[in-house]
Amino acid sequence: MADAKVIPFDDDRSRGSAVQRPSRRRSAGSRRGGGVGEGHEVGEVQALPSRARAQDDGSVPREKQREQLQQQERPDQPHQAAQESQQQQPSAEDGLERRIAGGLAFLRRRLTGDYEVDDFGYDAELTDNVLMSLLRPVYEKYFRVEVKGIENIPAEGGALIVANHSGTLPLDGLMMQVAVHDHHPAGRHLRLLAADLVFVLPVVNELARKLGHTLACAEDAERLLGQGELVGVMPEGFKGIGKPFSERYKLQRFGRGGFVSTALRRGAPIIPCSIVGAEEIYPMLGNAKTVARLLGFPYFPLTPTFPWLGPLGAVPLPTKWTIQFGEPIPTGGYPPEAAEDPMLMFNLTDQVREQIQHTLYKLLVQRRSVFF
Amino acid sequence: MGKVVLVTGVARQLGGRFVRRIQRDPEVDRVVAVDAVPPEHHLGGADFIRADIRQPTIARVLAETAADTVVHMDVTATALGSGSRATVKETNVIGTMQLLGACQKSPTVKRLVVKSSTNVYGSAPRDPAVFTETTPPKSLPSGGFAKDTVEVEGYVRGFARRRPDVAVCVLRFANILGPSADSPLASYFSLPVMPTVFGYDPRLQFVHEDDVIEVLRIASHEPRRGTLNSGTFNIAGDGVLLLSQCSRRLGRPTVPLLLPAVTWAGTLVRTLGMTDFSPEQIRLLTHGRVVDTTQMRETLGFRPKHTTAETFADFARSRGPGLLPPEALAGAVDRIAALPLAGGGHPPTQSAN
Repeated sequence: MADAKVIPFDDDRSRGSAVQRPSRRRSAGSRRGGGVGEGHEVGEVQALPSRARAQDDGSVPREKQREQLQQQERPDQPHQAAQESQQQQPSAEDGLERRIAGGLAFLRRRLTGDYEVDDFGYDAELTDNVLMSLLRPVYEKYFRVEVKGIENIPAEGGALIVANHSGTLPLDGLMMQVAVHDHHPAGRHLRLLAADLVFVLPVVNELARKLGHTLACAEDAERLLGQGELVGVMPEGFKGIGKPFSERYKLQRFGRGGFVSTALRRGAPIIPCSIVGAEEIYPMLGNAKTVARLLGFPYFPLTPTFPWLGPLGAVPLPTKWTIQFGEPIPTGGYPPEAAEDPMLMFNLTDQVREQIQHTLYKLLVQRRSVFF
Repeated sequence: MGKVVLVTGVARQLGGRFVRRIQRDPEVDRVVAVDAVPPEHHLGGADFIRADIRQPTIARVLAETAADTVVHMDVTATALGSGSRATVKETNVIGTMQLLGACQKSPTVKRLVVKSSTNVYGSAPRDPAVFTETTPPKSLPSGGFAKDTVEVEGYVRGFARRRPDVAVCVLRFANILGPSADSPLASYFSLPVMPTVFGYDPRLQFVHEDDVIEVLRIASHEPRRGTLNSGTFNIAGDGVLLLSQCSRRLGRPTVPLLLPAVTWAGTLVRTLGMTDFSPEQIRLLTHGRVVDTTQMRETLGFRPKHTTAETFADFARSRGPGLLPPEALAGAVDRIAALPLAGGGHPPTQSAN
């Protein structure tokens, strides 16, 4: 029903309007960019309506702002950031010196193994200084993620963020993690629950553990929520991430609702989260089931570019993303035995699912185009 | 009347230390130390009885000494001296069966403490990150010491069912480390270059020898007020170390190898009989294992004096520096840090120009 209206992907690509549309959009964007409201938004969520403008005059205040933020939050900056700022701001040699010293102190701690990880293998220092710096360009420059409703995430205490899952590769989870990490005023860290496949694969499992991910099982989720952590889960799982392109933005079944009973048991609020843009990064046209079975993967995507162009085909399309965190659904008011009540669980699961689906439709209607 | 404590497996360092320690407790009257081979270290004033727990003689020893507390420490991964894996397995499993059979017949036994291991949980990528005492293992260990411990615990549970009047305490120890550790993991950490599995950085937990002795002592006495010392408890130091951290703190470089190569090399080394580096050790060094110690703290009332990191530091001190000592690396970084500070003075003059 809503498909034709909310998915403008094909509209944009239709040859007739492809020439004039982008220019109209861009001019609209820059015109609005002059306004006060948009300007604030640029500062806050760092969305770039057009890249050229941002590089001309927007880069200096943004750099400054970012630098201040980073100095407040993390005095230890890695080498990269130090060198980056060296090129752009040669006058700030004082801060630079401190950064180099911080970077060397970081290097020293890493080389001598003098850092801490938690029981799940989460390496906060490595995540903050290195892994997030690697993900941030993808987040800011490539997918140009716009974040809405970050204030719905509580500043402290356990909470369960439930999001839709899409895009063949779980980039949406990583982007959600960067969004929370970079934009939440309390500097909270999102602890994602990942599929067991992640922990079977070499390298991937190591990085996932260091990023603070853990296996999607009730024990781990409950333990994290009990520690007052912010936990992210994508209950659609492989059904959601590996669905064909024709079914984009149609939420799949939400597992067996295990996330609801976990949240109920811990009394943690459920925050629905809708991610728009991830569906189009790898338009999955087909699924080579035989290859998937041979490799032991749940699906093997065939996109217009993959695997025909080899590794080049694995480059995601540069879509424009929006991540909207919705109003928290409190679970604290239920009696302890509520977690055992299947009817309540189904109702709550449906409520969360509906809310995400509605927000998705709303965001899709507002979306100007898939790519900008 | 004081207690009579019977300890098995005293020929090992840990058993010997425990025997020496428990004698000093005022409520203990007599300590009977049992092993199949005479220990090389002294046992203080304990009575050593040479008995093989795989033989029914252990029942006679138990009856003659009228022991009321039995501490079973003869569940181990490696043989003492030159013993084959088959001997170790027999001591672990058959020895436990004989000992439990003897305990079941004995009217005097009031308390049984069994040294087990967190190996019972196995190591698998599909396991939860932290094991509690009630977590069922996803994949039961297929062989080796891990399977032994699972079987031993099974027999102990059966014994606890048949003799409900006996307080049974099963202590599942994480990797025991300390200055005198002689476990397979300790010899692994003593290699000049440590082979690791490429793409995996396991989480490890250690428990210090001193804490092992202390918790065994708590378990073999009457429970203190507000605590309970019968049941199954995970024993581990606080915190977690990654294998990469361990290697850096030891100053020993690592060689990442692909998992099939590691498995193959392990099989080869085992076949040649060079070391007993078992598949479960490889699994531990691939996927790691972390246990929850809430029960140890709250029910058993035991707080380990050493964290995982402190235990490892203590172990590292006893082993001497590796090829890349962390102090040398830190010094190198400090020297680099000294350089740009001198160079860092230049940019102001540049900007002034």
